[in-house]
Amino acid sequence: MSNSALPSHSDNPLTDREQTLYDISERVFEFTRKANCSAAELLISQVSGAEYSVRNGEPETIERNQDKGLEIRVFIGDKTGSASTTDFSDAAIESTVKAAASIAGVTEGDACQKLAPPELNPRAFPDLELHHPHRYSAEELSQFALEQAIICEAAALNADSRISNTEGASFSAHEGISLARNSNGFTGFSRGTRYGLSCSVIAGQTDNMQRDYWYDSKRKLETLDSPVLIGEQAAKRTCQRLNARKITTCRAPVILDASIAPGLLGHLMSALAGNAIYKKASFLAGKMDDIIFPEHINIVQHPHLKQGMGSAVYDAEGVATRQQHYIDQGRLVNYVLGLYSACKLGMQTTGNAGGVRNLSISHDNISRTDLIKRMHSGLLVTELMGFGVNTVTGDYSRGAAGFWVENGEIQYPVHEITLSGQLSVMYKGINGVANDTNLKGNIHSGSILINQMTIGGS
Amino acid sequence: MNLAEQFLLTPEGLKIGDIEQTLASIMLPGMDYADCYFQHASFEGWALEDNKVKSGSYQIDQGVGIRAISGEKTGFAYSDEISHSALKDAALSARNIANAGQNGSQAIRLNSRAYPALYSDVVPISSLADADKVALLQKLNRHARGLDPRVQEVSVSLAGGREVILIAASDGTFCADVRPLIRLNVSVIVEENGRRESGSMGGGGRLAYSYFFEQNRAEQYAEEAVRQALVNLEAQAAPAGEMTVVLGSGWPGILLHEAIGHGLEGDFNRKGTSAFSGRIGDTVAAAECTVVDDGTLVDRRGSLTIDDEGTPTENTVLIENGVLKNYMQDKLNARLMNMQATGNGRRESYAHLPMPRMTNTYMLPGKHDPQEIIASVEDGVYAANFGGGQVDITSGKFVFSASEAYRIKNGKLSHPIKGATLIGNGPDVLTRVSMVGNDMQLDSGVGMCGKEGQSVPVGVGQPTLRIDGLTVGGEG
Repeated sequence: MSNSALPSHSDNPLTDREQTLYDISERVFEFTRKANCSAAELLISQVSGAEYSVRNGEPETIERNQDKGLEIRVFIGDKTGSASTTDFSDAAIESTVKAAASIAGVTEGDACQKLAPPELNPRAFPDLELHHPHRYSAEELSQFALEQAIICEAAALNADSRISNTEGASFSAHEGISLARNSNGFTGFSRGTRYGLSCSVIAGQTDNMQRDYWYDSKRKLETLDSPVLIGEQAAKRTCQRLNARKITTCRAPVILDASIAPGLLGHLMSALAGNAIYKKASFLAGKMDDIIFPEHINIVQHPHLKQGMGSAVYDAEGVATRQQHYIDQGRLVNYVLGLYSACKLGMQTTGNAGGVRNLSISHDNISRTDLIKRMHSGLLVTELMGFGVNTVTGDYSRGAAGFWVENGEIQYPVHEITLSGQLSVMYKGINGVANDTNLKGNIHSGSILINQMTIGGS
Repeated sequence: MNLAEQFLLTPEGLKIGDIEQTLASIMLPGMDYADCYFQHASFEGWALEDNKVKSGSYQIDQGVGIRAISGEKTGFAYSDEISHSALKDAALSARNIANAGQNGSQAIRLNSRAYPALYSDVVPISSLADADKVALLQKLNRHARGLDPRVQEVSVSLAGGREVILIAASDGTFCADVRPLIRLNVSVIVEENGRRESGSMGGGGRLAYSYFFEQNRAEQYAEEAVRQALVNLEAQAAPAGEMTVVLGSGWPGILLHEAIGHGLEGDFNRKGTSAFSGRIGDTVAAAECTVVDDGTLVDRRGSLTIDDEGTPTENTVLIENGVLKNYMQDKLNARLMNMQATGNGRRESYAHLPMPRMTNTYMLPGKHDPQEIIASVEDGVYAANFGGGQVDITSGKFVFSASEAYRIKNGKLSHPIKGATLIGNGPDVLTRVSMVGNDMQLDSGVGMCGKEGQSVPVGVGQPTLRIDGLTVGGEG
């Protein structure tokens, strides 16, 4: 095991917090050497923050979060074991290392299990602008947070007389730091902040009650959508659902609204995940270089996006992340691989241990309104329910709610229906992506038009 | 209690008096309730795939959560250190929720109570040697592959561990629980003529690993996973639209969990956000239907000797002969609704707030033979097994996804159909139950329920049911 004396992430001196994590990691490596491990990797993280929720204009809960953890993976030759603890005392670290080493002692070896070689580590650590601490004291933050939530909820309650009840609004602020190291000499620090504001209200009475919500989530407090906007949007989405009806079973074109469209790409990522591919537990196994989307579609990850929710310089194995296509003009050009699955497939890692980062699908530069016009008649889906997606076969069957569209105009809300199809057919049947890109999460997509699906109703 | 004190308090030199003092420091005028939840959890996991047990993991987590309640307001803080200073900091932080007066704090006297345990205090992790855990996984891999040449891939996972908890509250509650939990899962992928399908089966409970070696349980999981996958190789497209559906016994009881259970949790009903709000005494199901939430079943995955607020669990009747009888309550919501706590206050860990959650939710048996129920259906669907489900408690709409299903034609099971999502309306789905089987069965012990980001283990069960009108989400 090599001893990396200096963190490789930059020439800057370590901050006090970074030094504290680094010192813990040094102790971990001491214990892994004592336990005769041939190699090891670790992740130490610390997150703190708070969540403030209000209901009917009054504070309801204030939760303070303070979490820390150490995860280690040790190697004895090509055998590995993992362990984690929330206790950073010497005794706890030692027993955690011993537990991992003892597990490695009884598992079976696999030549594909190895640490990232140093040449795959990032060469530079650009500032991705993920860390924007607020400037409030704890008390000021509490006051600010409750105010924001109260304004947000009030905006929803006052937006429409049909709003009859509330689940409240909540504001959250979190800040975290982590250190990833391996015994090949990799050291990476990362830190970030995350702020969120959400609101959920109810419209209607007893048999005709509907609930919906809206939210925003950002790295930087100042860029969070205004509480009034979030509240009004929550009210609008809720009231639109009132008097929803069931429709008769049919086949029709479908638009997945931008608020839920990222899920469709999430299923693609599950199906392209290396461990599903090498086990042939995916309907996309063996489809490399095939055309699986229409030729106008590109699906790309942008891991270095400034202030991105999924941004990172290195993946869960310390491998440099890079911008790359998964779908290039409709063609499958990359699986989603870490070191192990890449080795099993005889390929190279794509720096995706731990998943993709800021995935986005190309759009047609048309508005959602125009996409609805393009659909002419069909279903605009705003909610999907349940887990009826089978990555092995690509079979797709989920509960849905949304709006029926005729002549390019929304007619009435619908609910208690199912939406089903086959992912491979749905992907090829994409007839347009609007430019209303949803940037709130790790997958960015506009509303997606699919030429035909089966709708189960009355 | 001794074990819990020894685990959670003694190492840090904490005494009962220290906890009483912490609670007293919160219970200033204007505060209604405070509690401390100490927890030590250790869990392991082993996984086999691609013919090898390539990985194993072990985790330890411990800490204390402190909650302060004033009216409908809750303040909450936690620490992963159990110490005098951590208790003090968390208490200060939690009580900030209310502008309590600084004078006149009340003395707190904890009354230690023990309840008959519903499971043993076994340490699952050390109930079997690591090498034997690996050998079990390998044996199941060989067994599954040996059952049929079409088996292409086998994944086996074994997980187990134990939580030790100690609860102290301002109402004098002082009790402990030691909760073992184990689970074994087998998933397979089969292939024929280029078509691939999967099947999976598992089980467990609050037990030692020896459970899997009794009555060939582990082997049976492998056999069941392979059987399901092979059935799915023959599956044709499922129909779409509303039709008569017969649900099998056991795990299909997830219907009750989604359609009825969540909507009857106290928090939603106090706030009036559930489709069941204000409906106690109403007829919400066919007369043949009686549904309970029962946390008192011995060794079951969803069972608890006491809930996470120290209330002993109960067998709570939710629906009796079709009439809505009770909600499931934790202390906060029971107090605000002027009802009794039912032992349903649960939390994922010390770092999460408790709320009303289900334990084991099931329907009592009826009078019909399951064969008779299938024979009664001219054209419909028989759903024997399910994956997960979800509910919107406000609109009442719920879904659950079949993983093994058949078409019923003229009273007989015909060909298997592809897994499909079923959707219905919680407040009226049970009014459409026209036959209840006499074959009540609980699930095998793999259920996990998520609510507001917190996961807790649960159980479900039901007899075979005929429902006249549920929407099936096939492809036609």
